[in-house]
Amino acid sequence: MVNLTINGLDVSVEKGTTILEAATFYGFPIPTLCHKEGLSPYGACRLCVVEIGEEPQSKLVSSCTYPVEEGLKVRTGSQRVVNTRKMIIELLLASCPQSKTIQDLAAKYGVRQQRFRQEYEDCILCGLCVRMCNEQMMAGAIGFRGRGENRSIGTPFDIQSDVCRLCGACMEICPACQLRCTYNEPEKAICGACANLEPPCIAKDQFHDMMCYMDPCVACEIK
Amino acid sequence: MEQLKSLQEFETLNTQMSATARPDMPTIIIPAGTCGRASGVLKIIREVQREILMRNLQEKIRLRITGCHGFCEMEPSVLIEPSGTFYPKVNAGAMKGIIDATLNGEVVHDLLYVDADTGEAVEKQNDIPFYRNQRRLLLEQNEKIDPLEIHDYLSIGGYVSFVDLLAEGKPPEEVIDEVKKSGLRGRGGAGFPTGMKWEFLAQAANGNGKYLVCNADEGDPGAYMDRSLLEGNPHSLIEGMLIGAYATGADSGVLYVRSEYPLAIKHLNNALKQSRALGLLGRNILGTGFCFDISMVKGAGAFVCGEETALMRSVEGKMGEPRQRPPFPVQKGINGKPTLINNVETWATIPVIMRKGAQEYGKIGTMDAGTKIFSLVGKIKNTGLVEVPMGTPLRQIIYDIGGGSSGKSGIKAVQTGGPSGGCIPKELFDLPISYDSLAKAGSIMGSGGMIVMDENTCMIDVAKYFMNFLKDESCGKCFPCRKGTQRMHELLDDISSGRGTMEHLELMEELAVVMKDAAMCGLGQTAPNPVLSTLKYFRDEYIEHIKNKRCPAGVCKELISFSINENCTGCGACIKACPEQAIKGEKKQRHAIDPACCSKCGACKSICKFDAIDIN
Repeated sequence: MVNLTINGLDVSVEKGTTILEAATFYGFPIPTLCHKEGLSPYGACRLCVVEIGEEPQSKLVSSCTYPVEEGLKVRTGSQRVVNTRKMIIELLLASCPQSKTIQDLAAKYGVRQQRFRQEYEDCILCGLCVRMCNEQMMAGAIGFRGRGENRSIGTPFDIQSDVCRLCGACMEICPACQLRCTYNEPEKAICGACANLEPPCIAKDQFHDMMCYMDPCVACEIK
Repeated sequence: MEQLKSLQEFETLNTQMSATARPDMPTIIIPAGTCGRASGVLKIIREVQREILMRNLQEKIRLRITGCHGFCEMEPSVLIEPSGTFYPKVNAGAMKGIIDATLNGEVVHDLLYVDADTGEAVEKQNDIPFYRNQRRLLLEQNEKIDPLEIHDYLSIGGYVSFVDLLAEGKPPEEVIDEVKKSGLRGRGGAGFPTGMKWEFLAQAANGNGKYLVCNADEGDPGAYMDRSLLEGNPHSLIEGMLIGAYATGADSGVLYVRSEYPLAIKHLNNALKQSRALGLLGRNILGTGFCFDISMVKGAGAFVCGEETALMRSVEGKMGEPRQRPPFPVQKGINGKPTLINNVETWATIPVIMRKGAQEYGKIGTMDAGTKIFSLVGKIKNTGLVEVPMGTPLRQIIYDIGGGSSGKSGIKAVQTGGPSGGCIPKELFDLPISYDSLAKAGSIMGSGGMIVMDENTCMIDVAKYFMNFLKDESCGKCFPCRKGTQRMHELLDDISSGRGTMEHLELMEELAVVMKDAAMCGLGQTAPNPVLSTLKYFRDEYIEHIKNKRCPAGVCKELISFSINENCTGCGACIKACPEQAIKGEKKQRHAIDPACCSKCGACKSICKFDAIDIN
């Protein structure tokens, strides 16, 4: 067992636990966006930053990737952490305002303004879909391409991948456009991507062998 | 080349070489690094070779083609040994005269370097202010060796310190202690004590091998000191890594070189081949049972791959993007094995420390130990590579060695540490250079880039340039870095095009703090430095842009206009130069610029001989 202090509370957790897991276990909420249980930690959205160490040497680290250490002092809600989180949410809101997840985050953490030039992007590149496809669906059909501002997610050369089973897991897990799968309620739909995607049960007539995440699904509605 | 199979054979080779060496034979040394080649040195080399062969001078004079010596402004240059005569900016036609004079022990006075301050010709290289004020431990070796010849490196005592370790069977801990005692700190930028890093690797569990990596992915704009070492002295890195392997128990090495350095790659490959052929690299080195081999990985041109965790992924063949530490490379590196990553300059310094002794080396420099190479570029008279002891004041580097501003206007600031560094204003030029003092001033040592700026440089434009670079080069994995650099560039663009408000400054500062705190790797954490340091020292310029919509340096296109003053003689040069046909006027009459057509390219200003173009 490893002993550490979270927000002044002495706790002990098993070795190998991350700060995020430890804090969540003891009831300190930490917001996350690119983290999902069952997928490898990625540490990209930086929403889960916490302050470790003593001032003035303290620093911010992403709690989803940082393993607990003996005697570690963690603060999950210090002013520095809160300010950082707010700015990250503001940046998210400036790029991807139509996501319900991000809107909820903004509401929860009191972000009431957005001072950057408004953009309307679909993807925040959290990488959940890439890891989902790779680690849970064992397909590896999509991945990251390019770098910096040209970074995007997709298949090589934008050609539909042979290993893609059209299971829809990537869309199911996406935090930026959760509403995609409500195609049967078009007034709520945002991008309508699923309308352009042929559901596997129609294409292959073999629904049971597939792991299908397209629920509610157009094809099922038709049936 | 015959493989050396024992320590004895290495000894014999060295004695043979010193017996046949002719140190007083006149030697023409021509630096032919990438900078030299760009200024046409290959033509000169051919001329000298032809001259020597045609006149059968092989026994009387020698030609040595080396890497860059550092004085890039004076390329193509020639150095004569043993007299130490230096001829700057030579051309192929002058070489016959130089060879003749050298054979007769004379000097061609017309071709000598002329000191701009005193107006007098200076004969010896070491009397030139540029060289006189330096302390060249590493760059000096570049003059003495042909990088394609392992024997040249052996003749200056190369590989001896490594072979001595093998011969004495010195305990590895003592080698690490030696490095620790020297006070060497990582030359890649962060300045982590090298000895300590080595100790961590030595202590790491040795299950199935350890890696040593030489980080030669030098990507800072305006910095090229690693290139000069890779091109000019590749064996010193190999020796450094061999000593590192001896001390830490690593069994494989990786040279991570960016593919933009083709000459460096060629020289390194050649050096690896030669040291393998001589039996100084590979399995069972000199029959002692010590094994270490080095392979080369070429970087595909991503700036972020200079960051150690991204570099390791790139070596593994994956996409070059960093990951959060811990685990540190020493715990879990390439292919999961413990890995140690040092910069080119750090590795090249190791043999020097071993040769000189840690204590002697530690005495060099104040505040930090040793010397550091800087690449001095920008609006400076003597562009080039400068090696000075730590603790040298900036003023000495810029004015005594660099010779001050290259143009008419004075120097305003110096940007150190590449895109992650900051701008230091001229008021702080007495700052002694060390890792901590630069960090305190809001910049970083970085790998050693130094870009000098004069009054015609707009600091907002500089910050924008670096932010543009970073937004392209950010890997894009972590959100604050990817979006932060984009947004920061957007805000700077607003200010430079006259759309800025005071809220922009506030927002930029807020965003900068968050990027520093929240970004995953060094790139994002240091990305706001150019903005923060210019905001700190040149806030007036920002305010001038925002409140008065004026660019004091006359750079930001949206805020300036061109006009022609009464100095105009009506020569018509600007009319021809203008790509937009925006200038009208009769011959010998004062011309005028039509602001509606003017694209503010500045072509008229650069061609005008009468200072008749004003920027408002």
